[in-house]
Amino acid sequence: MPENCDVLESVLPNGLSIRLKEIHTAPIISHWVWYQVGSRNEIPGKTGLSHWVEHMQFKGTPQFPASSLDKAISREGGVWNAFTYLDWTTYFETMPSDKIDLGMRLEVDRMCNSLFDPAEVEAERTVIISEREGGENEPLFKLSEAIQTTSFDSHPYRNEIIGELADLHSITRDDLYDHYRKHYSPKNALVCMAGDFEAKEMLHRLEDLYSDVPSGKASKSRIKQESPLGEERRITINGHGETTYLLIAYRAPSASSADFFTFSVLDSLLCGPSSLNMFGGGGISNKTSTLYQKLVDTGIATGISGGLQATIDPFLYEITATIHPDRTVEEVLAVIDQEIEKLQSLEVDEKEIRRAIKQARALFAYGSENITNQAFWLGYAEMFATYDWFQNYLGNLEKTTPKDIRKLAGSYLDSRHRVVGSYLPGNGKGAK
Amino acid sequence: MKGLKLEDVKSLPGPDDIGRSVLSNGITLLSRSNFNSPSVVMSGYFNAGSIFDPPDKLGLAYYTAVSLMRGTANRSFHQIYDALETVGAGLGFSASTLTGAFSGRSLTEDLPLILSLLAECLQYPIFPSEEIERLRAQFMTGLAIRAQDTAAMSALKFDELIFRDHPFARPEDGYTETIAAITATDLGDYHRRHYGPNGMVLVLVGAISHPDAVDMVNKALGDWTNPDQEPLPPIAAVKPLPNPLRDHIALPGKKQTDLIMGVLGPKRASKDYFAASLGNSVLGQFGMMGRIGDVVREQAGLAYHASTSLNAGIETGTWEVTAGVNPKNLERAIDLIYSELNRFIQEPVTAEELADSKSNYIGRLPLSMESNAGVAASLINLERFQLGLDYYRRYPSLVNAVTLEEVLETARAYIHPETMIVVSSGPKLINRRKSK
Repeated sequence: MPENCDVLESVLPNGLSIRLKEIHTAPIISHWVWYQVGSRNEIPGKTGLSHWVEHMQFKGTPQFPASSLDKAISREGGVWNAFTYLDWTTYFETMPSDKIDLGMRLEVDRMCNSLFDPAEVEAERTVIISEREGGENEPLFKLSEAIQTTSFDSHPYRNEIIGELADLHSITRDDLYDHYRKHYSPKNALVCMAGDFEAKEMLHRLEDLYSDVPSGKASKSRIKQESPLGEERRITINGHGETTYLLIAYRAPSASSADFFTFSVLDSLLCGPSSLNMFGGGGISNKTSTLYQKLVDTGIATGISGGLQATIDPFLYEITATIHPDRTVEEVLAVIDQEIEKLQSLEVDEKEIRRAIKQARALFAYGSENITNQAFWLGYAEMFATYDWFQNYLGNLEKTTPKDIRKLAGSYLDSRHRVVGSYLPGNGKGAK
Repeated sequence: MKGLKLEDVKSLPGPDDIGRSVLSNGITLLSRSNFNSPSVVMSGYFNAGSIFDPPDKLGLAYYTAVSLMRGTANRSFHQIYDALETVGAGLGFSASTLTGAFSGRSLTEDLPLILSLLAECLQYPIFPSEEIERLRAQFMTGLAIRAQDTAAMSALKFDELIFRDHPFARPEDGYTETIAAITATDLGDYHRRHYGPNGMVLVLVGAISHPDAVDMVNKALGDWTNPDQEPLPPIAAVKPLPNPLRDHIALPGKKQTDLIMGVLGPKRASKDYFAASLGNSVLGQFGMMGRIGDVVREQAGLAYHASTSLNAGIETGTWEVTAGVNPKNLERAIDLIYSELNRFIQEPVTAEELADSKSNYIGRLPLSMESNAGVAASLINLERFQLGLDYYRRYPSLVNAVTLEEVLETARAYIHPETMIVVSSGPKLINRRKSK
């Protein structure tokens, strides 16, 4: 739970940050290594580098050749994986407690010694293109990609994390290796562990493992901010199928802004509660949220969701609606606008805010059942703020007032700052 | 690694920490306490699956299950969800071929609430027509989305071809014309005939003791009876296939093709289960998706995902290879998979491969139970397949007992490349070859 402060924090002389939390409820340990690099650190023509580097990190070092890595972890009953996001890349292993040293040795090794074998780079090129093609099969991927590109003119948040297809064809082995060498170092990394260990003992082990690794440099963290859009932009994607989607993207506050917490409450009221859990969190339905009642209960849409991401720079708040086959995008948009106008002009009931906070508290309780999820929490907030952000999350939500919500809706949910995107099926022909 | 340490084995659910009680009306309750987090997970099933659906009203069991929360004799749809969402709790119903199912979770203090809602929805749903029509529109949208989903469409066709006239061939969410044909009266009739405590299993895992769980469940559901509840019909075994079949569902505008190649597999209670499961791990699970993942993804770079699954249930299951490939690589991927399957039935897996998978199976057991939801799923398995309360404690020895010869014999008994079903869905095929 975020209220628990029993986390051992340390920074090694080479700059490596460490967070350790003992949890003795099951004989397992979850170990995460976070890097401050993601698609925000990419330039036009080289989009998708961070995600591709993440794939190459599974392709071997001299000590752990490609074919042996997966087997070594699986043999010990462990699970491992990695994720690349806008602001960060992270790798984790959850293993039986007495086997975690393997995961720790593997991570320190691939922080510096990954091979990036040219033949492996080429094989992975087609795998990543295949991953992208799988996404392109989905109407919402196409719509979301177009929305992102339209929402920013220059900030790298305009790019899909997986990268543009043209870039995936042209990126070279050296591009990937340079990106790796530039961003993978102790100074740019955070090691987090939660589970069945003794924290001081574990810290000594990490000191042994990392003490000889050269410090490196932190990734450039400041990127030129982009002003909110001056006027509304609209896009339409024509495609196959029978289902029409509407996606509206507003510019959201950065996670470190006080507005972010107010925005989380607003999202909960408008579209239903969202969880900060990556594993085992479980969801809470959104059927009493304002837009569900106004759109789905009335039969104008068949589904509604909201999405607010915690990011370093201001990203997007997205509202996605699946339109009822007999209704239109314009009808749905009109209802959403009407409800947003109410938020901008009237104060919500204080009880609604208390309810959103109770939901957030329940979601934290569900997430705390799971050790892998608790280890994830240790690092997650450090990627865009500090661990305090996480510990103070519920407290900050509790500060939200009806006045704050009204003010926030007035500034961030201004229709001039948004992009409205529609996916029209039947290649546009049959769409209403 | 030959097995877990003694203290790790003891941390797994066993007869000394699983509570099991059968209520007087036939409901079986299993629980396991975990006071580390102030929450409880609830899970369970009952004998109301799509096996009872008339062919022209396929989706009836599913429609009924999802409609339970749309209004009861005591509460409207909005009141039900308001009660749940106000306390950050969750509850939901669904249905598969053999059973209806439910799951929920809440803070411990709110467990009485979700139990009372569960009881109310199971016993007193009223199927309000306005809500039923709203749901119908949502189902129709879901089916339209399914019709554009390459993975879903190949899975649908695969089940149709491999199970043919067996109930397992039919999708529990139906087709547009069968969903259109279902009336509110049908839902009420289905509920009257098939919902009841006989055969119902309820699992609670979290910050609650077994005696408290028994009290609460008795209070909520102890009085429930339904003398008209129909028993589950006998489930026939699925007949083996005489010929191979190859089909492709063309979906315009798609960039990737989803492929399924498969055969019939053992049922969960079969003596072959462990040998087939470990063989499946070597074939398409272990490490980065086993041998299939190694050949199709790692070596040839043809796919983002390429793996195998053994789907064993109460009756005949399936053994499937699935992959998502670029359309131009489809035939090459199929060839590579055939060649791996032939190798798998011609020669035994290596001692090292089998030892690796055994070690993985045993080592990952505590991980699969790190959350209340993981433990709840494990307890459901114990009861559904009658594995015995000591099953997870015996599990390491069951895994270690499998031999190389058994893996090969089992592979040969089930995997017949000459009668395999091969289904793909993606862009239209160009220069399609004849079936193998």
